[in-house]
Amino acid sequence: MSRLNPGNVELARTIISRYPRPRSALIPLLHVAQEQEGWVSPEAMAHIAELVDLAPAEVLGTASFYGMFKREPVGRYVVSVCTNISCLLLGGEELLEHCERTLGIKPGATTSDGMFTLEDVECIAACTDAPCLQVNYRYFLRISHDEVDALVDDLRAGRRTDEVPPHGTLTRVRQDIRPERWVGRGAEGLPPEIR
Amino acid sequence: MAVSDRSPIVTTRFERGDAHTLEGYLATGGYAGLRKALAMTPDEVIEQVKAANLQGRGGAGFPAGAKWSFLPKDVFPRYFVVNGDESEPGTCKDRPLMERDPHQLIEGLLISCYAVRASQAFIYVRGEMALAQERLAIALNGAYAAGYIGKDILGSGWSLDVILHWGAGAYIVGEETALIESLEGQRGMPRLKPPYFPAAKGLYMQPTVVNNVETLSYIPWVMQHGGEAYAAIGTEKATGLRLFALSGHVRRPGVYEVEMGTTTFRDLVEAPVYGGGMRHGNKLKAFVPGGASAPWFYPEQLDLPLDSSVVGPAGSMLGSGAVVIMDETTCAVRAAWRLVRFFAHESCGKCTPCREGASWIEKILRRIEKGNGREEDLDLLLDVGDNISPGPFPRPAVDGEEAVPFPYKQTTICPLGPSTVSPVHSSILRFRDEYRIHIKEGGCPYG
Repeated sequence: MSRLNPGNVELARTIISRYPRPRSALIPLLHVAQEQEGWVSPEAMAHIAELVDLAPAEVLGTASFYGMFKREPVGRYVVSVCTNISCLLLGGEELLEHCERTLGIKPGATTSDGMFTLEDVECIAACTDAPCLQVNYRYFLRISHDEVDALVDDLRAGRRTDEVPPHGTLTRVRQDIRPERWVGRGAEGLPPEIR
Repeated sequence: MAVSDRSPIVTTRFERGDAHTLEGYLATGGYAGLRKALAMTPDEVIEQVKAANLQGRGGAGFPAGAKWSFLPKDVFPRYFVVNGDESEPGTCKDRPLMERDPHQLIEGLLISCYAVRASQAFIYVRGEMALAQERLAIALNGAYAAGYIGKDILGSGWSLDVILHWGAGAYIVGEETALIESLEGQRGMPRLKPPYFPAAKGLYMQPTVVNNVETLSYIPWVMQHGGEAYAAIGTEKATGLRLFALSGHVRRPGVYEVEMGTTTFRDLVEAPVYGGGMRHGNKLKAFVPGGASAPWFYPEQLDLPLDSSVVGPAGSMLGSGAVVIMDETTCAVRAAWRLVRFFAHESCGKCTPCREGASWIEKILRRIEKGNGREEDLDLLLDVGDNISPGPFPRPAVDGEEAVPFPYKQTTICPLGPSTVSPVHSSILRFRDEYRIHIKEGGCPYG
């Protein structure tokens, strides 16, 4: 539970500067907060509200619409099992039940050691590789029950951390625009110059 | 009908491991289309894309060139937004394009931005796609540093910023006005129409083009080879190649780049290079021809070509290019319930018929599947559906009855509402007896 750290405040200001209007940076900044803490706390939302000049309620209003923003702490690893149509046809429900047994929890719950949160999710766009799941939004395709168990063991033992960073981290490479390459005329009322 | 031997266009680099790096892309002819475009006037580029008759690949199938032409003249700033929020169940063809060939998308975007004289571009990627975000970030960084994006692109005097943006879990954001709301930092709820196209009033109420990832990925090839060359592929009304995500009960599920118009659903299911036939040699029961929102087809429709001008009048749509195959072991009630559960979960809540109706349809289907269904439930389901999508619902010609052509009518702002009704009508139309057995026997006969 905290505000954005100094490094992330600097990152936030860079992100805001790339949009014609600051509010467009709201979802990206919520992701920055979630990467820092693993979830999005009220303090972080209040800080973001200051940065983009909104009321905290407006930040909450947007954050609460989107399923990926966790407004309570979750496990280090969020396991999202798809049970939508293509996965349903090829064992998605059985895969979810297996995950429930392996982790000892129902969807929506977190293991007592704080390592895993289980989710029964909608289509994750890997339909031709059913059944599938994501851990912290990294794909595990055509996964067998034995492979689930091995994955859980590995993550619990601290292995495969380069493959699956902690919850909140999405891309590990951020967009980097050097000042000399940046145009910054996205809000101008004139047509772009074309020779 | 036969399987085309035409070489693929947008999937040619999929087997290379390095297409997301600038070196890998340049080594395979990358950015030649952009160079060619920059030597032309923007209007000449638009003419090529119009000549290509490149139909949008997001779901609605609107030709890209025509969409661009709705931009009001001389109103600036104007924006270009890439819709990479792929979430329609069954659909998984934009993700590989972003993960495995992000420069191809970026090049298509740059050419398009030049053509419509966009002031700034945004690539909106689905939140759950961490690898796609990472590959696009690497690709954008490489392209910015090497002079393909930013100030004075390739010494042409033309400049453009491209910003990578990603969502946070909401199917409805795939609807283009909802995507714009989301990009403005709002809840992702579709805007009331008219205006029907964000070309008039889009991002920050300025003229905006929203195009799908796959649509833009075809643009570099169109520039290099000319619009006419693209239009010559396929048939007159169904031009070009297109990605189809084939999933479910086939031997070889996969994303296949297929020639439009000349290929049929049967080819897609049975050809050794595509689906390879039904899994375990089972019988086909029904299939979803164009994503979860599409009314289902049955074995009688297998010989229809992949052509919107045929599939629409036949009662469904090609939609997002997702074909989901269900064999005889599938419980129609369970499949319908699972699809409806999706729409009930993803309804944004703006329109009452969808917010309330989707949720009630889900509850009724669940109780039927779980063995607590009532005799009157089928009429109730159709009645709730009629409040969301009034009148005869699109359906194929079956059992001696004529087809009702697509699209559906709607009492809602966007098509999510009537999409909820698709699985209900489709399953009751052909499998009413299965519903009766569920209700009479108090459970699912498939276990």
